[in-house]
Amino acid sequence: MAMSRDEIFGEVQEVLVDALGVDDDEVTSGATLMGDLGAESIDFLDIVFRLEKAFGIKIPREELFPAESLMNNPEFVNNGKLTEIGLGELREKMPHTDLAGFENDPDINKLGDLFTVGAIVNYVEGKLNSA
Amino acid sequence: MRWIWIDKFVEFHSGQRAVAIKNVTLAEEHLHDHFPGFPVMPETLCIEAMAQTAGILVGEAKNFEEKVILAKIKKAAFFDYVKPGDTIKLEAKIESITDEAASTTGRISCDGKLVAEIDLMFSHIDKNLAGKEFPQENFVFTDTFKSLMRGAAFNS
Repeated sequence: MAMSRDEIFGEVQEVLVDALGVDDDEVTSGATLMGDLGAESIDFLDIVFRLEKAFGIKIPREELFPAESLMNNPEFVNNGKLTEIGLGELREKMPHTDLAGFENDPDINKLGDLFTVGAIVNYVEGKLNSA
Repeated sequence: MRWIWIDKFVEFHSGQRAVAIKNVTLAEEHLHDHFPGFPVMPETLCIEAMAQTAGILVGEAKNFEEKVILAKIKKAAFFDYVKPGDTIKLEAKIESITDEAASTTGRISCDGKLVAEIDLMFSHIDKNLAGKEFPQENFVFTDTFKSLMRGAAFNS
């Protein structure tokens, strides 16, 4: 059963409302999980579990939110910014995310801003289509 | 587990579900203040009882090798008071478990009547917090709690 993008968005919205205790109208496509919706690290795992249940898919943790493994590797991070190699790694790991703005100033403190509601919808859509 | 807030397990299905009971007594001093003349078990302590039931279930699933820490209260809804003399039944179920964390659902009942629904998340802290190091020994699952496991009807 194929789901439309709107249907996927609706489910993702419900997951985030439940997981983060936010209102429906706060969960817009461009909203960032950490900045706008106040997600903390444990919430990311909660969201992964809920998405798996809602869509009946398996989500390897590294796949949806790969930032942690990047940040702990000196080859990828230098002086608080992602290196070229780090950026390449990020592009490969987050094909469902628009990195254009981030690449100009790859400050790791801004990595959190990459996780938007829209990126999750893209990810789920890709996952469902490849299943 | 530094203090024990449940009395025993009556069912234990490894990696899936566990049922524990707690007898509530007026000998628990906090009930004299909560509230004077109207003793009821604080809801926070109902959550603690569920956290212990579900936390041990989660810990056992990985042979008590992980340090299992309560990370998030996903839901806590209360429908009735728990009073001295009550025996509450705590049923916990593992919804998801991975290397890093686990998510559980739970219900507390008394004489077959639903008292609370409590859903929790636990972190295996050695696998989280960006490589931060913790003491080697497992300070969560110490010997004190093992008495609880004795007499449990294990059906793993």
